[in-house]
Amino acid sequence: MKRRNFLKACLIGGTTIALGKTNKGWASGSFEGYPEAMGVLVDTTRCIGCRSCEAACNKEQKLPEPDTSFDDPSVFEHERRPTSKAYTVVNRYQKEQPSGPVYRKVQCNHCNEPACLTSCFVNAYTKTKEGAVIYNSKVCVGCRNCMIACPFNAPGYDYDSATNPIVKKCILCYDTRLKYGKPPACVEICPQEALTFGHRADLIKLAHERIRATPERYVDHVYGEKEVGGTSWLYLAPVGFDKLGFDTTLSNDPIISNVKDFLGMVPMVLSIWPALFSGIHLLAKHEEQGGHGHDTDSNQEDTKP
Amino acid sequence: MSSYKHFIVAALSIGAISVSSPAALQCAPVPDSITLNQNGKLFSPFTFNHAQHIQSIKECADCHHHTTGTLVLDPNCARCHQNSSPTAVVSCKGCHSATPFSPENLAAKRADKQRYHLDKMGLKGAMHQSCIGCHNKMGNGPTGCQDCHPRTKEGAAFYSTNRKGAKPAHAEEE
Repeated sequence: MKRRNFLKACLIGGTTIALGKTNKGWASGSFEGYPEAMGVLVDTTRCIGCRSCEAACNKEQKLPEPDTSFDDPSVFEHERRPTSKAYTVVNRYQKEQPSGPVYRKVQCNHCNEPACLTSCFVNAYTKTKEGAVIYNSKVCVGCRNCMIACPFNAPGYDYDSATNPIVKKCILCYDTRLKYGKPPACVEICPQEALTFGHRADLIKLAHERIRATPERYVDHVYGEKEVGGTSWLYLAPVGFDKLGFDTTLSNDPIISNVKDFLGMVPMVLSIWPALFSGIHLLAKHEEQGGHGHDTDSNQEDTKP
Repeated sequence: MSSYKHFIVAALSIGAISVSSPAALQCAPVPDSITLNQNGKLFSPFTFNHAQHIQSIKECADCHHHTTGTLVLDPNCARCHQNSSPTAVVSCKGCHSATPFSPENLAAKRADKQRYHLDKMGLKGAMHQSCIGCHNKMGNGPTGCQDCHPRTKEGAAFYSTNRKGAKPAHAEEE
């Protein structure tokens, strides 16, 4: 009787968890970002590498003075990545090509389903409805999981402060601009309008329209439309994206999909396994004890007279 | 407020260029020079030699699209504007907004479902792309920032020019 109830409970519990997991899986797999999310379309065919966006970001976010001036072209000699002192950097590619160099601005791409957010165990990251991935430095413990999780190497780490370790990255000027519907500082300063600000959904249409109208100018792909589940920053390029330092091996599935199935098992393991194994253990023990007890009883009976 | 906000909003305000079709040329004045970037904060205002550009290019439509009533050059534009007459306003700022990404402009664009020109450049983008694009193509003419508009004191601070020649960031990282 007890065993039947136990098995029944196990079956019901397992089914509930399995169903719950599946539903959750479908839901996050089809998430295409917030409908009102904003974004920026980067047209690398327009960028002239003036680095005004870097300067604007530096002033807007009140970052420390740069190591070298923002009109110093020598920084293009090496490929750079965003740091805690520079949330955005411009890199130069295709320098030897007759078509001239191609410049690419790098910053946090503000994923629809951010891996940094998923990896953060103190919930320091938030994806706002405006599309920005922001973080709360007050709860950040400086574990740097987000830096490992990010497929774009966006978060930078403030190594200078030992007492207040925080991760820093582009927040799409959320506090000062995006919240009020205004474009980020980098977009506003760009002289070439290489950066176009708007609703992400509109920008995707815009990007495909540019490709349609001038197919000789672009490769037929909008980077960030589908990569890792879609990002708020989108890119157009005149040559293959792999030639401009983009990671073209990324899957269209959000990073969370890689661990979702495994993580879905954790509650089951934690809730079912202890009960299951203690049940088995108790049953085994009961059988063992019962058998032994019976023997003793019969022995006693035998010795009674 | 950020120091360069005013620069963005008011930058590159351009005096009306009233180039008109050859027939109307006699009555409409064509400016010889135009002061660009009149309210620039980071870069100083400068004089654009309109007369010299007319002389060397001769084709109004190279810069003014179809607004002057001359032949439309872009095949994509020609699909609709082949027979378009001159427009009332021919200056860049007459069509290209100085604040293309303002909440008001984005909302207006979203509300107008029939609008065709959804990807219309802002004023700053239109002018820089037009100037730098042509100067690159022709192989002459200025293409550097300060070749046209020298930086102001504020601009020098904005671009942290006092740090020029210092060790680049990557030297430290490696």
